[in-house]
Amino acid sequence: MREISLHIMDIIENSITANATFIEVKIKENILDNLLIMKIKDNGKGIDSETLKNIKDPFVTSRTTRKVGLGLSLFEATCLRCNGYLDIKSELGVGTEVTAVMEYNNIDRPPLGKMEETIISALLNPGVDLVYEHYYNEKSFLLDTREVKKILGTEEINTPDILIWIKDYIKENLKEISGGAF
Amino acid sequence: MKTLKELEEIRQKTLDRVNQRKDRTTTRIVVGMATCGIAAGARPVLLAVMEEVEKLGLTDVTVAQTGCIGLCKMEPIVEVFKPGEEKVTYVKMDADKARRIVAEHIRDGKVVDEYTMHVVQGKILNDYKAEKE
Ligand code: FES
Repeated sequence: MREISLHIMDIIENSITANATFIEVKIKENILDNLLIMKIKDNGKGIDSETLKNIKDPFVTSRTTRKVGLGLSLFEATCLRCNGYLDIKSELGVGTEVTAVMEYNNIDRPPLGKMEETIISALLNPGVDLVYEHYYNEKSFLLDTREVKKILGTEEINTPDILIWIKDYIKENLKEISGGAF
Repeated sequence: MKTLKELEEIRQKTLDRVNQRKDRTTTRIVVGMATCGIAAGARPVLLAVMEEVEKLGLTDVTVAQTGCIGLCKMEPIVEVFKPGEEKVTYVKMDADKARRIVAEHIRDGKVVDEYTMHVVQGKILNDYKAEKE
């Protein structure tokens, strides 16, 4: 994938496939510590421990779960190339948490890319609430779709007009917290 | 700088539309978002669809996404479901092609044949067979 935000989108798609109704996406750009940390946590159906053992291996995972494993192994490869790691915790009936870490200034690190597009793509799914937290050093931005739904007075925020508004809203705020670096 | 407060301004518009939509049949545009779709460029396609629907002011249209469609090599894939018509599957999409589909097929009702699954790089493909794979 050319952008890290596409990997994140792929992980979010896994969550949606696992019937998640609540997803937390946390991005930390800790430039001072030279770290990029990403966490995607869901309340989906979870992965059993047997599958979890091999999930990052594109060749070992069973046929039915290969599609999940494939994206994760690609993401892990990117993390490893950037002196980082990818970690998955999951519990059946509780949910899954993916943590990905990379060296921020590593020459092999792809750009984070269009996070706003990844987030609104996920929001097309009507039954999903999402909290997106993005840190740039000590500054941060937070979007909570439950709040958006409250303001709009409807659960139906998956329409192009609202999503495009949210996209621009995210973009402006990321620019703001990063001092224009985004 | 945008604030969430601004959302209140589009609130009424949203509520009107939601009420309006209840008794109508809508067209559905679905973009495949499996790993292979994402890698092949499905996200810009999805964004282009949403932006074009918004730009043309089409209200009876639902944009949605789905996981695996089962045709990795043909991704990005866009499926169009119009009420009372057969599903049309568009393959190897990009943002420009997607905008054309919204304008010509969704708005004007003319299927963009050159992007449908039947003809890809000069080869005739079998809709039914592809679906079974
Ligand atoms: S994995 Fe490619 S279309 Fe399903």
